[in-house]
Amino acid sequence: MSVPGPTYELRELKKVFADGTVAVDGISLTVGPGEQIAVIGPSGAGKTTLFRLLNLTLRPTSGSLGIAGLDMAGLSDQALRRQRQRIGTIYQQHNLVGRLRVVHNVLAGNLGRWSTARALASLWRPRDSAAAWRALVQVGIPEKLYARTDELSGGQQQRVALARVLVQDPSIILADEPVSSVDPSLAMIIVTLLRDVAHESRKTLLMNLHSVDLALGYFLRIVGVRDGRIHFDLARDQVTEELLRGLYAGHRDDELQLERPPDGLNLLGRACRPLPGLAE
Amino acid sequence: MAEPVAHFPASPSKSAFPSLLGAGFLAVLAASLYTAQVDPRRLFEGDALANAARFLRGGFPPDLSAEFLSQMIRPAVETIQISVVGTLFAVLIGLPLGLLATSSLAWSGILHERRAAMGRWVLGFLPYAVARGLLSVFRSVPEYVWAFMFVRAVGLGPFPGVLAIGVAYGGMLGKVYSEILEGVNPRPLETLQAAGASKLGIVLYGLIPQALPSLVSYTLYRWECAIRASAILGLVGAGGLGQQIELSMRFFKFDEVVTLLGMLLCLVGAVDFVSGRLRARLTR
Repeated sequence: MSVPGPTYELRELKKVFADGTVAVDGISLTVGPGEQIAVIGPSGAGKTTLFRLLNLTLRPTSGSLGIAGLDMAGLSDQALRRQRQRIGTIYQQHNLVGRLRVVHNVLAGNLGRWSTARALASLWRPRDSAAAWRALVQVGIPEKLYARTDELSGGQQQRVALARVLVQDPSIILADEPVSSVDPSLAMIIVTLLRDVAHESRKTLLMNLHSVDLALGYFLRIVGVRDGRIHFDLARDQVTEELLRGLYAGHRDDELQLERPPDGLNLLGRACRPLPGLAE
Repeated sequence: MAEPVAHFPASPSKSAFPSLLGAGFLAVLAASLYTAQVDPRRLFEGDALANAARFLRGGFPPDLSAEFLSQMIRPAVETIQISVVGTLFAVLIGLPLGLLATSSLAWSGILHERRAAMGRWVLGFLPYAVARGLLSVFRSVPEYVWAFMFVRAVGLGPFPGVLAIGVAYGGMLGKVYSEILEGVNPRPLETLQAAGASKLGIVLYGLIPQALPSLVSYTLYRWECAIRASAILGLVGAGGLGQQIELSMRFFKFDEVVTLLGMLLCLVGAVDFVSGRLRARLTR
């Protein structure tokens, strides 16, 4: 696969909201194709805003955002849709439509490709439900294909959201706190699943994580964000406890979590799992 | 960071707004009672009661002859048809205009944070404003007046009744649809948009499915209203039971009028029942 430039190239990207809040305050970042990066930082650091800039939902106030060598400013609506189709986003809340059956929520990953007529026809009789089923097999709940989505548990719904991104088949996956509302064992499963999926098809993966342990345990490159700026951007071996304390300094809730890591994972993730297939 | 709380926090100072609003409401109510000439004594003055009694005496016993009843079956069916087709027209007018008039879809909110200000106003706000304006015109002209105009345009019969209900109720449905759609959780819509879905894709897979119970429920309620409305529309010649009521009243056949009102009551009851069942099934 030849890509004409880095997957993401951010230069002095800035987002100031209408109320004057500076959420992202000049971030420069380069992400290569197929890279897997964890983004960490205290709540309110601007991580979610950064991800919404990255998935082309927000318009930056200043600075530039390039994807695969193409500047994203001034795209036509059509071109913007094409770019968005290549970026899959997973949110903390699964953001599914509860009243629709699972198959439709999963097939909604096709909406960037489908014509309106085909989208409408599929609501009547699902098109390509085999693809939806394969995606559900991958996330481990194939038996839920025709279930109503709001009858599923929170963890199962997050898997459906994952299956939708699989059907979308983007070249970039952005996961914004994907495991904050699921229990710890499922969190590990979901993070692993996302990483494996990204690795198998050489997708770029950026994951915004509340848990430092998950970040250090599963990712080679760690970006720390604080006050809308990059605090550090390092290989995980270079992330020290001191850097982490600086990153979270003054944020009580986050500090607490740092001091009391969940069982089985030590503070700096030294006992982390092997990272399959990632050459360092 | 946070200091230990030293004082029990005082309740935030009360705004004068609620009391001003209450006083304003009372003033408007008093003025309205006066100008609407509300005066119960007039019910008992002069011939008021005698006139009402004459109407009632003429109405009983109602005309239940087989001949009259069999003649009235067609108008009764016509009334149902007017209400059904009229409501269908109203949905066909109200849904597209209602979607255009939905601000969260047209120009404001999280679906538009990527658009430049110009595009937002020209491509989003202008069609929105036009749709809102049309809907206002459609619903502020009473269906009675619409029927009057359509009878002049296309002649007597059920068709002008259908058109009148379609336009007037289209205006009401569109307005309420847009309000229902604006109240939908926008997060799933943002997610669909972020995956490259078009506006219509977002409508089909995010907006409508979430709002469906309320949309169906309100549309059925409007259908119930359409049955009643079709009786009034009949008075200006737009077909159905209403037209028969008007004819019988013109010939002072109050026994027929009472029969017709009874039939209307049964129709309204039947429609209430059917739509209630439909609602319970469709809005799970």
